[in-house]
Amino acid sequence: MGFIQHHLLNIICYLPLAGALLIIFGIRKENTKAIKAVATVVAGLDFLASIPLWFLYRPDGPEFQFVVRGEWIPKVGVQYYFGVDGFAVLLILLTTLLTFISIYSSFTAITHREKEYYVFLLLLSTGMMGVFMSLDFVLFYVFWEVMLVPMYFLIGVWGGPRKLYAAIKFFLYTLVGSVLMLVGILALYFYNSTGLEAIGLPGLGNAATFEIPKLYEIAPHIPPELQFWIFLAFFVGFAIKVPMWPFHTWLPDAHVEAPTAGSVILAGVLLKMGTYGFVRFSLPLLPDATMKAVAWVGPLAIIAIIYGALVAMAQKDMKKLVAYSSVSHMGFVMLGMFALNAPGLRGAILQMINHGVSTGALFLLVGIVYERRHNRLIAEYGGIAKVMPLYAMFFMVMTMSSIGLPTLNGFIGEFTILIGAFNHSWVWALFAATGIVLGAAYMLWMYQRVFFGELTNEKNKDLKDLNRREQWTLIPLIILAFWIGLYPKPFFRIMEPTVTRVLERVGAAAPDRPETPAALRAVSEHHEEPAAEPAEASSETE
Amino acid sequence: MTLEQFVPFVPEIALAVAALAVLLAGIPMGRKAPRALALLSVAAMAVSAILVVLYATPSAGPEVILGGMLSVDGFGVFFKLLFLLAGAITLLMGVGYVVRAGYGYGEFASLVLFATVGMMVMASGANLASLYVGLELMALSVYILVGYFKLEVKSNEGAVKYFVLGALSSAILLYGISLVYGGLGTLELGAIRDALAAGSPSGRVVGLGIVLVSFGMLFKVAAVPFHVWTPDAYEGAPTPITAFISVAPKAAAFAMFLRLFLGAFRPAIGQWHGVLWVAAAATMIYGNLAALTQDNVKRMLAYSSIAHAGYALLGIVAANAMGAWSLLLYMLIYTFMNLGAFGFVALLESRGYAGELVTDYAGLAKRAPAAAAGMLILMLALAGIPPTGGFMGKLYVFSAAVQAGYVWLVVIAVIMSAVSLYYYFRIVVQMYLHDGDGSELAALVRDRWLEIGIAACVVVVLILGVWPAPALGWAQAGLAALGF
Repeated sequence: MGFIQHHLLNIICYLPLAGALLIIFGIRKENTKAIKAVATVVAGLDFLASIPLWFLYRPDGPEFQFVVRGEWIPKVGVQYYFGVDGFAVLLILLTTLLTFISIYSSFTAITHREKEYYVFLLLLSTGMMGVFMSLDFVLFYVFWEVMLVPMYFLIGVWGGPRKLYAAIKFFLYTLVGSVLMLVGILALYFYNSTGLEAIGLPGLGNAATFEIPKLYEIAPHIPPELQFWIFLAFFVGFAIKVPMWPFHTWLPDAHVEAPTAGSVILAGVLLKMGTYGFVRFSLPLLPDATMKAVAWVGPLAIIAIIYGALVAMAQKDMKKLVAYSSVSHMGFVMLGMFALNAPGLRGAILQMINHGVSTGALFLLVGIVYERRHNRLIAEYGGIAKVMPLYAMFFMVMTMSSIGLPTLNGFIGEFTILIGAFNHSWVWALFAATGIVLGAAYMLWMYQRVFFGELTNEKNKDLKDLNRREQWTLIPLIILAFWIGLYPKPFFRIMEPTVTRVLERVGAAAPDRPETPAALRAVSEHHEEPAAEPAEASSETE
Repeated sequence: MTLEQFVPFVPEIALAVAALAVLLAGIPMGRKAPRALALLSVAAMAVSAILVVLYATPSAGPEVILGGMLSVDGFGVFFKLLFLLAGAITLLMGVGYVVRAGYGYGEFASLVLFATVGMMVMASGANLASLYVGLELMALSVYILVGYFKLEVKSNEGAVKYFVLGALSSAILLYGISLVYGGLGTLELGAIRDALAAGSPSGRVVGLGIVLVSFGMLFKVAAVPFHVWTPDAYEGAPTPITAFISVAPKAAAFAMFLRLFLGAFRPAIGQWHGVLWVAAAATMIYGNLAALTQDNVKRMLAYSSIAHAGYALLGIVAANAMGAWSLLLYMLIYTFMNLGAFGFVALLESRGYAGELVTDYAGLAKRAPAAAAGMLILMLALAGIPPTGGFMGKLYVFSAAVQAGYVWLVVIAVIMSAVSLYYYFRIVVQMYLHDGDGSELAALVRDRWLEIGIAACVVVVLILGVWPAPALGWAQAGLAALGF
């Protein structure tokens, strides 16, 4: 137990790295079978290693658990500091699962330079894990940027026709955001210790530190003006990652050009890093600025929801459609989060997981048919439910999950977000609901055009249905979709401490603004157990 | 002045003697036994490094010797060891290259040794005169080295440009020094500092002098608008020399810059910080933007090294303790990044000037995976992506500038370093994402010593990125010399 408590996070984070090194130095590049086997086994083990987090994390325990801590660069207060709360546990589990699935799904899709491919996927996994575990800002930033490199190569080497453009656009866009975030981090750091004298800000005189839990404590002291600038710096970094309108333009390019596994990871995990950043840093560290930002982040999220949906509707390419649907779905997450009440935040966190599951699965599904036909245009298909019945069924489930049909995960997330949005303002809820309707429209319309009707295209006549491996890549995601849809309580339970603490920190910052904290408190009391509610509702609809 | 005072100066004396010996030994050995000569020169550097550690390390605080000419302090030790290391790597990387090009190695090694002596004096000078003498010894050796391939037109052109502009800048520097001397009546850094702190009577003359000195120094570190010699000199010079002049003389110039501006002229910060602010911003912006359009790798890296001078200048603009030690750390990391990167260019040059175009790297990942991976790491480091040393270097200079309140300057810096990724990745794109059609591929040279030198740089860059704490300690040990 002690050993696990102290080393579990290290193991989860560095196991993929070890696997990558083993492949680099231990296996010749011609031996693709061994490479695939090692990569799959390592990713599988990593997923298994992350499962104890789910069972051993105690919601009533300290905020961050499984802490690994040591000096790294003591002279400037940088630590090697890992730790997770329930929110991070959820994202880590999602990451290990999706990594395993994307490796497992690539066996036939990737036919050249396999060695490098699996090495990059494993390195990417280590980077992502580090982001969700780091509790030191410098450490966090290191992982945040490390991750970009393997993703760049995944898009650039194994991507579609415009891969070079898409890869560098992805890299530069996110890099610009993250370097600005770095400036924000530094401002926070100096404010906590020596201050920024030249611009008239005396420091608090604390010991220099990048430690996030410590920085949570200084949040109430940060003057609003400084908060605003830091918030802005963080906002650029995270909003590009989410991506929020109008920073989303890298996303369709990256998604469309990336290989299937790349898209799965990109949609499933990388986009979550933006919203993770908001929940972990922007909200609790800069509560004052957050309160003020609601006025403009909310509308931006609404624009993303509606705009993403409308653009998705106009797409001719299936993958592009799913990519734009991500813009819309992540808009929901942002909207729920910036409702700044308990249901909104719960819904936002759950919807992050949901989006990883359903959009990940949709990218896999599109990838499967692309592998057979090398074509993703909706117009090329039609009536393929006749030749690929199993595929049609899987696709149907994930479509429903994406549009929020009760009994499936999407419903719970969207419903909870709607409650949160409504508590904030009915206008928000109105727009969000419109977004849901539009979402149903574009997804169902695509489904209809691809699967129903006459089988007109000759080339589709002998499409093979899903093979065993393909089924197994999808089944875990389907199970998860139903699980969250039918019994989301454990998910809400594990994230609850995060939700409470974040809202406390946001609320505590504004004692002179009576209306907001009071409203917050009222809301969080009112919805003590929103988890059970939608779940029951959905089972009844069944 | 007793003889004992010469003891801390022994490393320089020994190295100068070795340089003369190598020059003589080069007459028979330069062509016949270049590798033995290289080992001899490297051994001389090692001896000098040991002497630095033994005799030039201060027992307590900084100590001024030889009539106020030289200072014995941690700052000097840091830079001297850095120069010796960079010089040794250059000597090793250069042997095969010079021999393949058909030139003798004797003068090459001797000049690198002389330049190193000059740089060591620059790093420890406590007097404007001794600093200037060190600078000129370094500069004259380097002018010749740039033109070392006397039959290559480009090499000649680079050397002449470098020399003419270098001489001009030395004149400006000297004029500035004379104004400072005229105003304050002393050349000693400590006395200058005290006089400035007390408020000097002839403020305008001294102010003009300081600004002129800053122009001279900006030229030596290749900052905009005094950078025009850089691309030509870097492109024309034999590649190992390009590697050398892009790191060691630049680090030496920064050492002198620090001694002058954070050491002596800091009380008069109002006179110069505006000039350096503008120069830093212009250098970062121009260096990075100009690098974007270069197809010749050596020119691209030349502009990149201009840009890096801009980042490093942030440390001086910040003018605080963190700025000083972060600049030392930055120079350490930068030395290895750039030596390695130019080493790769040398590795690719089979003969003449092949291997210099970006497109020559096409498909390198397939033919030489280890070399490509090494170059990838160096490119990431130059762009400042973790977990490489390049990130750590930038992190601290940027931190120093934020602490001093120059947030907008840092915003420029971070955006420009994001821009820089684009041109560094043009090489990566060629190596990893293009196959190349097989015909235009530059052959990889088999050159063990060069490969070892590059590998060492890559490893050091990675170590400094993952575990920078010890290096940070060494850099901080140099602070006392600047009065922090």
